[in-house]
Amino acid sequence: MSALKIKKGSTSHSAYNLRPTFSDEPETHTLAVLVDNEPGVLARVIGLFAGRGYNIESLTVAEVDHTGHMSRITVVTTGTPQVIEQIKAQLGRIVSVHAVHDLTVEGASVERELALFKVAGAGEKRVEALRLADIFRANAVDSTLESFIFELTGAPEKIDAFADLMRPLGLIEVARTGVAALSRGAE
Amino acid sequence: MVVQALKDQGVDTVFGYPGGAVLPIYDEIFQQNDIRHILVRHEQGAVHAAEGYARSTGKVGVALVTSGPGATNAVTGLTDALLDSIPILVLTGQVPTFMIGSDAFQEADTVGITRPCTKHNWLAKDTDTLAETLHQAFHVAQSGRPGPVLVDIPKDVQFANGTYTEPKKADTTIYQPQTKGDIEAINELVEAIAVAERPVFYTGGGVINSGPQASKLLRELVEATGIPITSTLMGLGAYPASGENWLGMLGMHGLYEANMAMHDCDLMINIGARFDDRITGLISAFSPGSKKAHIDIDPSSINKVIKADIPIVGDVTSVLTDLLKVFKAQGKRTNKAAIAKWQAQIADWRKVECLKYVQEGKTIKPQYALERLEALTKEHDRYITTEVGQHQMWAAQYLGFEDPNRWMTSGGLGTMGYGFPASIGVQMAHPDSLVINVAGEASWLMNMQEMGTAVQFRLPVKQFILNNERLGMVRQWQELLHGERYSHSWSEALPDFVKLAEAFGAKGILCSDPDDLDDAIMEMINYDGPVIFDCLVEKHENCFPMIPSGKPHNEMLLGEANTQGVIQAGGAVMV
Ligand SMILES: Cc1ncc(C[n+]2csc(CCOP(=O)(O)OP(=O)(O)O)c2C)c(N)n1
Ligand SMILES: [Mg+2]
Repeated sequence: MSALKIKKGSTSHSAYNLRPTFSDEPETHTLAVLVDNEPGVLARVIGLFAGRGYNIESLTVAEVDHTGHMSRITVVTTGTPQVIEQIKAQLGRIVSVHAVHDLTVEGASVERELALFKVAGAGEKRVEALRLADIFRANAVDSTLESFIFELTGAPEKIDAFADLMRPLGLIEVARTGVAALSRGAE
Repeated sequence: MVVQALKDQGVDTVFGYPGGAVLPIYDEIFQQNDIRHILVRHEQGAVHAAEGYARSTGKVGVALVTSGPGATNAVTGLTDALLDSIPILVLTGQVPTFMIGSDAFQEADTVGITRPCTKHNWLAKDTDTLAETLHQAFHVAQSGRPGPVLVDIPKDVQFANGTYTEPKKADTTIYQPQTKGDIEAINELVEAIAVAERPVFYTGGGVINSGPQASKLLRELVEATGIPITSTLMGLGAYPASGENWLGMLGMHGLYEANMAMHDCDLMINIGARFDDRITGLISAFSPGSKKAHIDIDPSSINKVIKADIPIVGDVTSVLTDLLKVFKAQGKRTNKAAIAKWQAQIADWRKVECLKYVQEGKTIKPQYALERLEALTKEHDRYITTEVGQHQMWAAQYLGFEDPNRWMTSGGLGTMGYGFPASIGVQMAHPDSLVINVAGEASWLMNMQEMGTAVQFRLPVKQFILNNERLGMVRQWQELLHGERYSHSWSEALPDFVKLAEAFGAKGILCSDPDDLDDAIMEMINYDGPVIFDCLVEKHENCFPMIPSGKPHNEMLLGEANTQGVIQAGGAVMV
């Protein structure tokens, strides 16, 4: 039996690598996932991201409808458009998931995050920290003679910017809630 | 309560193995006669048997196992069913609710362990909602893309009394996947069919899962359009192997004509298949010139691997019904002249005779064994299961399937040890049919304990072992990829299969001479009881055709020649 000629030297790609067909740039998307508030539901969602190698940049979850036993998970993720589409389809497949909204593409939305910053220092740095906190409309929610805790709410970029400014001024610790988001308008 | 729910769901057979945490359910089983319980010899066997039962009937297969080790032994079967979209329900016992989390005896976090290998799972914490949960579990297992579900039932919940909910009253609104395809996309596909010059149907397990009606509609569509059709391993039987438009299986060990047609087509109509890596080969070179339509009930299958130009989310039966309606209403338009030319091209590819082999001398070629098995059994009411390896691919190539639900094989997970217990499940569902497990000696040993089950329940399953004394598929890869360094791919210290059969009280047949083969196969068929058929075959036969990993469809290996170093660095990392 004759064997077909094999072309030598052609580069091979892994069949698991989606890049050759979908070479788009990664994008960041904010997804709102409405789920049954039942044990294990968060594990299902997180397990999906871990198991399939998707990114989680930020994740928040809390019950939003007590009588309907519904929770809202807001997850910020990055990936190529195809990966984002996969993530949404895979989330939609989970039996406990009622709806998946991509707030990044479904019209305008509002994104907010709350963060606490512990800043320690004395003298000029301490004064500067207070002054900047004022500009950012951050509240001092705890203070000692050597430190402050500032509370700041805003879009994630604003939180990032404030953190950058506080770093040289004695930033010790940051706690962030992760993003909560809603689409704008009456819908 | 549990048994009542199973009865109300029409369950007649449960495959299981008892233990402390399921004793109350076993006590219920003892006190009734409607549901047969098949005592397996290992929980993995119970799950594969349930899969075989499900695949051959279209019903949900049920397995019942105890907590801890019983549940962990079920994991392989669950994963297998998940990857092949087989509807099964596994019931696991759990330690009582008040002991959960205390590392109690035979406690395992079953729901946690099985979360990624089930379609959905439940921990039933309350006897009052247990029945509804079980009905929901049946609903989820068989709606949309089918799959395995698991209900973990703590022992105190089994013991307690509660109110029973009937199936009709159970809330199934929790899960209602879309089944009807978008009519605009269907119109677009009809338009594409009208003008296509080199169209091909690429069908998969989704057609089988959609039910017998889907296969009927598919046949009607193929005849009405005259478009050639190929299928994945999982989809064999949806279109008859004797059908005139049949190309044979495609993929890594698919037929030359099928893979070439996939590569060169201008319209690919994927019906219920998922562009698995065994099918696509090198993705960037996969069918480069074609428009691709993809019909699938699972939205996540679409655009996962290959971008679909015409995506249609829906159940195959529903979509094909609509498609045929529109196709007929528009005068059954196809480009007949172009398709005739296309068929002629395919006929040329067929002339390559990619499955040709030479049977000579006193050693049985595995291909020959399967050809004889096919010839001597095809007129029977026959069901085939397989293990995993070369024999599985040869079975797919050399056996012909005329109907759906007749072919049970582990495709997605490739689970050695699947075939034997699956054959038990099939035989339970079809007691009077001829059920044959085409096996490799290594795979078969992985669940050989189920001989006890076969003998105890008088299940005349035929274990047709193509014994090459090798982990043949591994050996083949080592030959092709690892410079013929055959690291641990021998089957050493094999049992004497005839004596083994006899030790279990079954029949053993040994055959090593091609001249004796037909008589030996007839003896196997005519024996009323389980048989282990030890068919000694050529030890170094390779399975061809083969698309080496990381290669496109038109770079297929056909014969023994040119197999050295064919898998290069990029392909080598893949399995
Ligand atoms: C549970 C499991 N372990 C390992 C493998 C990897 N594997 C695939 S085929 C194969 C060899 C199978 O040997 P045999 O059953 O004798 O079949 P043959 O290829 O010789 O026909 C192995 C080890 C697998 N598929 N499943
Ligand atoms: Mg073998």
